[in-house]
Amino acid sequence: MKYKSVFDIIGPIMIGPSSSHTAGAARIGRMARNLLNREPKWAEISFYGSFAKTYKGHGTDVAIVGGLLDFDTFDERIIHALDLAKEKGIKITFSEEDAITDHPNTARVRIGDDQGELELVGISIGGGKIEIIELNGFELKLSGHEPAILVVHEDRFGAIANVANVLAKHEINIAHMDVSRKEKGKMALMTIEVDQNIEQAVLDEITALPNIMKVTKIVD
Amino acid sequence: MFRNVAELIELAESQGKKISQIMIEQEMEVTGRTRDQVIGLMDKNLEVMEKAIERGLVGVHSHSGLTGGDAVLLQEYIKKGNFLSGEIILDAVSKAVATNEVNAAMGTICATPTAGSAGVVPGTLFAVKNKLNPSREQMIDFLFVSGAFGFVVANNASISGAAGGCQAEVGSAAGMAAAAIVEIAGGTPAQSAEAMAITLKNMLGLVCDPVAGLVEVPCVKRNAMGAANAMIAADMALAGITSRIPCDEVIDAMYKIGLSMPVGLRETAQGGLAATPTGRELEAKIFGISLDVKKSE
Repeated sequence: MKYKSVFDIIGPIMIGPSSSHTAGAARIGRMARNLLNREPKWAEISFYGSFAKTYKGHGTDVAIVGGLLDFDTFDERIIHALDLAKEKGIKITFSEEDAITDHPNTARVRIGDDQGELELVGISIGGGKIEIIELNGFELKLSGHEPAILVVHEDRFGAIANVANVLAKHEINIAHMDVSRKEKGKMALMTIEVDQNIEQAVLDEITALPNIMKVTKIVD
Repeated sequence: MFRNVAELIELAESQGKKISQIMIEQEMEVTGRTRDQVIGLMDKNLEVMEKAIERGLVGVHSHSGLTGGDAVLLQEYIKKGNFLSGEIILDAVSKAVATNEVNAAMGTICATPTAGSAGVVPGTLFAVKNKLNPSREQMIDFLFVSGAFGFVVANNASISGAAGGCQAEVGSAAGMAAAAIVEIAGGTPAQSAEAMAITLKNMLGLVCDPVAGLVEVPCVKRNAMGAANAMIAADMALAGITSRIPCDEVIDAMYKIGLSMPVGLRETAQGGLAATPTGRELEAKIFGISLDVKKSE
C-alpha cells in the first residue's frame, strides 16, 4: 500500500496552492539537497507532464527551489524562494519537457557545486507524497518517509550481505530494501529504509567494508 | 490493517468501535506512536484548519486576482437571513471557500486529502460544529474518520488530479467529509460508508481543468459544491437511504474513470474550462503573454 499513515491523507500542513505541485515539489527539492548534503551552487530543473504544463500556476518552480534551500512544506519563506536563491547567487534554470513519463507529475533535478553534483528524478503521487525513482542513473524507490541509507558499491558478491550484517549487529531493522545496478560487475546502489535513526558510527562501519564506495544518510 | 471500506466497517462493527477509533489504533500500530502523540498531531492539523477559515472569513485575495472574497460575501448573505437552501449548508460552503481562498493566496492550509480540495472537510466540520456542539475530541475524531476513508481511496484509487481528475480530489474529499459528518452526528459505521458512496457517485467523472494551471478557477467553487454534496449525502444516509452500488465498487469505478480520462482533463490546463475563450484570455493576461504567441507554439 502506497499510503501508510492517516497523516498522508489529513496533512501535510503546507503553503498553498497544490499538495502535489507545491508541497510535493518542495519535498523533491529538499530530498535532492539532503542527498547532496549541502546547499547547491547551481540547479537545472526539468518538468514533465502536468508539472511542465502548470508549474507556473502552481508555484512548482518556487516550491522546488524552496526545497533546495531546505524549507519544509509549511515554511512561509517558500513564497520568496526564487528571490532568496538569487540573493545567495544560486544559478537556476527551468525547462519544460515534452517527453511522456510514467507519472504525470515528474521532475528531474540536477544540482551541484565545485565539489560535486547529483541528478535525481522525483514523482509527486498526490496529497504531498513523493517518491524518488532515479538517482544518478540508478533506478530506486525512496519515499523519504522513513530514515534511509544509500550505499554506492562495487557490484560484487557479499556486498549486500556485509551491509545487512552490520545493520543486524546494531539491531537495526530493515523496512524496505532495493538494489540496482547499471551494468553487471560495475557500480551498484543499495537503498535501505530502516525503522530507526542510524548513528554516524554505524555509517562509518559500513563505509569501511570492502567494495563500498559511498554511504549517504537520509532522515525525514 | 484495513484495505477497503468493507474491511473498515467490519472491523468497527465486530469490535463495537467507531471508525475514528479504528483509524487511531491502526495509526498507533503502523507508526509506533502513542495515542496521545497521534491525537496531538491531528489536533495541530485541526488548529491550522481553524486558522485558515478565520483568515478566509476576514477576506483574502490571490495574487492573480482570480479568486478571493467570496467566503465573506456568503457570510454577509447568510446574516441577512433571506437564503433559500439552509444555514448550515451555506455556512459549510462559505467555510470551504474560505479555506481554498487562503490556499489560492499561498496561505497556510492542511491538505485534506490535497491542497486543491482542502476546503471540504474543514468547511463541513466547522459548519456542523455550530449545530452539534462537539467536544474538541469529537472534532479531532471527525478528521480521523475522514482520514480512514481517504486512506482507502488513496490506496485503491487515487487522490491526485493529475492522475484521476477532480473526482479524485474534491470527489474524495467530499466522500470523506460525508462519512465523518455521519459519525459526528451519531450515525453508524455502515451509514458512514453509505454517505461516502452516495457522495462519490455524484462526483464521478469530474475533470481537473484549472484555468491557467492555477488552483483557483474552478477549484474554489468545486470545494463549495463538494461541501454541499457531502452535507446532503450525510443527511440522506442518516435518513436510512443506502447506495445500491457498494462504497468500494464506487471507489473502483472512480479509479477506472480516472484511467480513461484524457490527459487534457487531468490537471494540464489544456481542456475543459481552461480551454474556454475566457479561460485562455485570463491565462494570457496573468502570465503576460499574448494569445497569438500561445497559438503559434
